[in-house]
Amino acid sequence: MAKPLIEPGAELDGFAIGERVHQGGMATLWSVTHPGITVPLLMKIPRISEGEDPAAIVSFEMEQMIVPRLAGPHVPLCFGSGDFDRQPYVVIERIPGKTLYDRLGDLPIPYEEARVIAGKIATALADLHRQNVIHHDIKPSSIMFRGSGEAVLIDFGLSHHNQLPDLLQEEFRLPYGTAPYMAPERLLGVRDDPRSDLFSLGVLLYFFTTGVRPFGESETLRGMKRRLWRDPYPPRKLKPDYPLWLQEIVLRCLEIEPVWRHPTASQLAFELAHPDQAKLTARSERLQRDPLTTVWRRRFNRGLTLPKPKSDVAAQLASGPIVAVAIDTEEGSGPLNECLRATAEQLLATLPSARLACINVLKLGRITIDRTLDEQGNNKHIDRLVALRHWASPLKLDESRLTVHVLEAIDPASAILEFTAVNQVDHIVIGARQNSMMRTFLGSVSAKVAAEAACTVTVVRPPRSAVAENKSSSTPKAIEAS
Amino acid sequence: MDAEEDVRLAVFADIHANRQAFSACLAAARARGAERIICLGDIVGYGADPEWAVETVMDLVHDGAIAVRGNHDNAIGTPSESMNAAAQAAIEWTRSRLSAPQRRFLAELPLTQQEDDRLYVHSEASHPARWRYVDGTTGAARSIEATDAQFTFCGHIHQPALYSMSSAAKMTSFVPTSDVPVQLLGGRRWLAVIGSVGQPRDGNPAAAFAMLDTASREITYCRVPYDVETAADRIRANGLPRWLADRLLEGR
Repeated sequence: MAKPLIEPGAELDGFAIGERVHQGGMATLWSVTHPGITVPLLMKIPRISEGEDPAAIVSFEMEQMIVPRLAGPHVPLCFGSGDFDRQPYVVIERIPGKTLYDRLGDLPIPYEEARVIAGKIATALADLHRQNVIHHDIKPSSIMFRGSGEAVLIDFGLSHHNQLPDLLQEEFRLPYGTAPYMAPERLLGVRDDPRSDLFSLGVLLYFFTTGVRPFGESETLRGMKRRLWRDPYPPRKLKPDYPLWLQEIVLRCLEIEPVWRHPTASQLAFELAHPDQAKLTARSERLQRDPLTTVWRRRFNRGLTLPKPKSDVAAQLASGPIVAVAIDTEEGSGPLNECLRATAEQLLATLPSARLACINVLKLGRITIDRTLDEQGNNKHIDRLVALRHWASPLKLDESRLTVHVLEAIDPASAILEFTAVNQVDHIVIGARQNSMMRTFLGSVSAKVAAEAACTVTVVRPPRSAVAENKSSSTPKAIEAS
Repeated sequence: MDAEEDVRLAVFADIHANRQAFSACLAAARARGAERIICLGDIVGYGADPEWAVETVMDLVHDGAIAVRGNHDNAIGTPSESMNAAAQAAIEWTRSRLSAPQRRFLAELPLTQQEDDRLYVHSEASHPARWRYVDGTTGAARSIEATDAQFTFCGHIHQPALYSMSSAAKMTSFVPTSDVPVQLLGGRRWLAVIGSVGQPRDGNPAAAFAMLDTASREITYCRVPYDVETAADRIRANGLPRWLADRLLEGR
């Protein structure tokens, strides 16, 4: 079959070809239109003629397999594809605007702006990883933003899909990708660890906040391999005003061993969303790189950096969920709160990478003017935070796995649901109030949360005997409350 | 595969006289809209229902299915096959159970069948009668290079796998995920090793088969739970080696 002509005015499978938008080393992008589609479109055509880089074909094949399966706001939608026997192409949604590469002239950017950008990228990565895909080429030119603010990841030619053949696995002896952003394990041939994307995001965040690439720009294998044993200068060495929490996050992303990085992109997004609660370790204050003895040990003790057995993306994500437990700090909630703690303890015991967010809702009146201070002049918000920490202390969780949050809201269930959505919570643990007058008047918070949450919800009830005891002691209070 | 043709194929390999497994797979394939059946050989051997298995495949072939000969099918008529003791014992027992027309059907099955750009073979394409196992990219490359067909389907090793060869002759291997369709991209050549219906050996006792959509070129590897206890009981009740029953329960 004759190859169809690709030029302005031509048509391919119903797509009318417009202007050429971009000519890259791997592919050419054309603006196209289709009578049935209102979204602006791009047609991507790989460069496959004689003498071109063979990687262009393989990375196009990966996009051809992966892109049609992706969904959600963090990827461009796919509207069609053609195979090699006629004319290879994919048609994707054209995201308006420029990539983050356009910001390179502004570096370094303010810390707060970088925090927001990195948080959006981490959220997009979490969504991608949940779809069993590791991007493997996170860098400024692969990131765009929708008008509504969400980060959009583009270019999946180097990606790995956990449930599809990895055509890049055996094709090239050298790791393929963008040298300054490549995770160290990629240099050992590991392509199935989603935390490689967290490393690349760490490089981007370091670069955007300091103006310096943490591992330089070396493209040689020898130069790239240094990152297997040599850590970058801590950002505070370059910029004395660098925030401790930000250095903590950046250096954790850049850990050589994936297991020392954040367990999941969701957890990284969570850290970036709550810098005030960052657990600062020795990382946060470092001004020097690791001593040479450590570097030599890494370099000559290969056991530390040998490839690990194949991992399963979904299983790895499932082992590091964000669990939110809703705690009522009112009097009379004691037995229920103990049951909540027991349930949380069981969950966390089986999930060593899980993190726990303890939440409490400070209810605002619909009509009354709220005072943040109670009759004795104590700050209610701070009191609640103290109570939450007190509730969590018997769990003996490492502080890096625990956060506490007091949400102020008129409707507690809506506040819990919103927190869950914004923070990509995977599992809510909430208590059901039994036979309380409050419940009769207000409806059940747990029922609404269980019905409307997009994640798993565990509704905890105290054992029967505890309910009976609690009922006899709390009934007068409930009447009082009414 | 011709772009105009749109057929959903169900591909079965290594049925091995396991009635419970093959019945479950046939039902699952029909539920998935199978329009044509391909049987990649080893209809008999190991299992306790050879008469039923051969009769069923004969009926399917009569209705348009494609079938090729496996080494166990071959051993019924050619007792010189080199096999381990348990397999040999099962072959002797099977031969005594089959009628003359059933034995003739097995003996007359072709070693390979080609349909459009698809080749069907029991073991691999380079020497179909040598019954070599494809257990890695080297064997897969040898098979792919031995045929003009862009897509080869085989069984024999009882462990599902999917190999591809790029235009630069680079190989990739992949252990398929159940129920996730994989597009067999037109720019490369493919060897799909289908898991076993009647005696899975990849640690998963569920019966294996695959569906192929010829229009979208998507292959979906499927697993079907079946009444493995009954199949194992029937092996024991018929005096066949116990190991043949035990291994079904564990899928090894």
